[in-house]
Amino acid sequence: MTVRDGLIGVVCLAGVALLAGLPFVVADYGLSLAINIMSYTVLATAWSLFSGPTRYVSLATVAFFGIGAYTTAVFVEALAWPLVLLIAMAVGSVVASLVGLATLRLSGVYFVIFSFGLAELVRQLVTWFEVNKTRTLGRYVFADITAAQIYWQLLALAVLVFAIGFLIGRSRLGLALRAIGDDETVARHSGIDVTRAKVALFVLSTVFMTLTGAIMAPRWTYIDPAIAFNPVVSFTVLIMALLGGVHRLYGPVLGVVPLALLFEYLLARFPNHFSIMVGLVFIVIVYLIPRGVVGLVEDTVRQRTAAKGAA
Amino acid sequence: MSRTLLEIDGLTRRFGGLVAVDALGFTVAEHEIVGLLGPNGSGKTTVLNLLSGVLRPDAGRIAFRGHAIAGLPAHRIARLGMARTFQLVRPLASLSCHDNVRTGLAFGRRRAWGAAADAEAGRLLDRVGLGGVRGSLPGELTYIDQKRLELARALALQPDLLLLDEWLAGLNPTELDAGIELVRSLNGQGITILLVEHVMDAIRSLCHRCVVMNAGRLIAAGLPAEVLADREVVRAYLGEDDNDRGGGHA
Repeated sequence: MTVRDGLIGVVCLAGVALLAGLPFVVADYGLSLAINIMSYTVLATAWSLFSGPTRYVSLATVAFFGIGAYTTAVFVEALAWPLVLLIAMAVGSVVASLVGLATLRLSGVYFVIFSFGLAELVRQLVTWFEVNKTRTLGRYVFADITAAQIYWQLLALAVLVFAIGFLIGRSRLGLALRAIGDDETVARHSGIDVTRAKVALFVLSTVFMTLTGAIMAPRWTYIDPAIAFNPVVSFTVLIMALLGGVHRLYGPVLGVVPLALLFEYLLARFPNHFSIMVGLVFIVIVYLIPRGVVGLVEDTVRQRTAAKGAA
Repeated sequence: MSRTLLEIDGLTRRFGGLVAVDALGFTVAEHEIVGLLGPNGSGKTTVLNLLSGVLRPDAGRIAFRGHAIAGLPAHRIARLGMARTFQLVRPLASLSCHDNVRTGLAFGRRRAWGAAADAEAGRLLDRVGLGGVRGSLPGELTYIDQKRLELARALALQPDLLLLDEWLAGLNPTELDAGIELVRSLNGQGITILLVEHVMDAIRSLCHRCVVMNAGRLIAAGLPAEVLADREVVRAYLGEDDNDRGGGHA
C-alpha cells in the first residue's frame, strides 16, 4: 500500500464519519433529502457495478427494489429486522439468479427490453396475488424505525457497495468483466466463463437494490405495487449513473447528487410538468455528455496534457 | 510419428442451405505445423470456429488431447490448451497490452494472478517483441503489433495447440520474415500449430503438412510441395494462371 492509497483511505473514513453525523445537524427536510440521495447512490452505484463493465443496460432496478420493499411490508411486523433484511437478500438473489441465467445470453437491446418487462411482470404478479389472495391492494408498513436509522443503514450499504466495487476492480472477476465488456468472444477464448461471471455480478448488483428497497419501505408507511414498482425509479437510476459515468466506481455518485437535487427542485416548482422536465434532462444528458461527468473531465485533462506535449 | 493431438472426423456445419464444412476429417500430430489451405469461402475459418468453440458442429467428432470437444463452450476448450488468433485482430480495446495478456494468464490453464502473472505477462510481451509498450492501449499500436499482442494473449493460455487465422497476412517482407521466425520458434518450444494462411512463402517454409479444402470438403492432404502441385488444388485454389508456377515447384 502506497502513501497515496493510505491518504485516500483516511479521506474516505473521514467522509463517512462526517456523513454519519449528518442526522444530528440537519432538520427533517434535510434528512429526507439525504435519505433520497443516499438510496439513489446505492442504487446507481450497484447498477453500474454490473452495467458499467458488461454494458448491459438494465431497466430491472425497480423490480428488485420493489421485491425488497414488499419483503419488508410482509415480514416487518412478524420478524426481527435483521431477519427481514436476510429474507430480502435471499428472495432477491434467487430471482436475480433465475433471471440472470435465463437472460444474460441475450445481447444488447433484447436484454434492455427483457429487464423492463421483468419489472412489469413482477408488479403484475404482486398485484394479482394481492387482489386475489389477500384481497387488498395496499399494505401498511408499520415499523419502529426512525428516519435517522434508515439513513444510517443506507450509509452502511453505500460503504459496502463501494468496498465491494473496489475489491472487484482488483480481482479476477473485475478483469473478466472488463474483457467481456470489450469483446465477449475474445473473453471466452481467453478461458473466461462469461455466463457465470455475468450472473455472479448481476446477482451481487441486484442484492444491493433489493436491500435498498427493504430499508426504504418504512419511509412510505403505505405501499402498493404502483409505488413499489414505479418504473421511473429504473430510469432515474440509469440516467444518474450515465450522467456521473459508469466506467469509474465513484462516477455514478457524481450524477446522483446534482440530479437528486434537480428533481427535488422540479418536483416542488413544476409538479404537473415533472415528467416532461425529466424527459428533457434525459435527452440533454445522453446527447451532450455520453461518457458522463467523469469521462468529460478525463477527456479534458487528456486534451490539456496532449496540447502541452505538442507545444 | 508422434502422437495425435487433434483428430477431426466427419465434421459438418451448415448455415441454412449452405454446407460450409462437409464431412471433413484430418489429424494433427504433436509438434506439427499444419497448414489449412483453400480459396476464400472454402470453410477454413468455419473449421477454426468449430474447433475453438465459437460454433457448434451439426455432426462429427473432434478429439483434442483425447477429450471429445465438439460442442463444448469456448472457455472450456481454451482451458484444455487450445488458443487462437482471429483473422481480423481483436485486441481488448480498453485494456492495456499488459492486461490483455494477463487475461489469458488469469483464466487459462495456469490461473496465474498477482506478481507471478505480472512477471509472466512481461515475459510474453518480450517474447513477441512488445516489451516496450506494456502500458499502451492496443489502439495506439500498429497493425503488426496488434497481431503480436493477440499472439501473446493466446500464448498466455499456455496452449498445446495454437490456431492462427491468417496471422501472417498483411505484413511487409521484413515483418513476414520475423513473423515466420516467431512461429517457427514457438513450434520449437513444443507448441503444435494449425494455421490458415494464404501467404505461399510462409506455407512452404513453415508447414510440415497441408490440408486443402474447397467448398467445405477436403480435396488434398500431404507435404506442402505435393499438395500445392496437385491438379485439383491448383484449379481450386491458385487459379489457372498459377498452374505452371505451381507445377514448377513440385
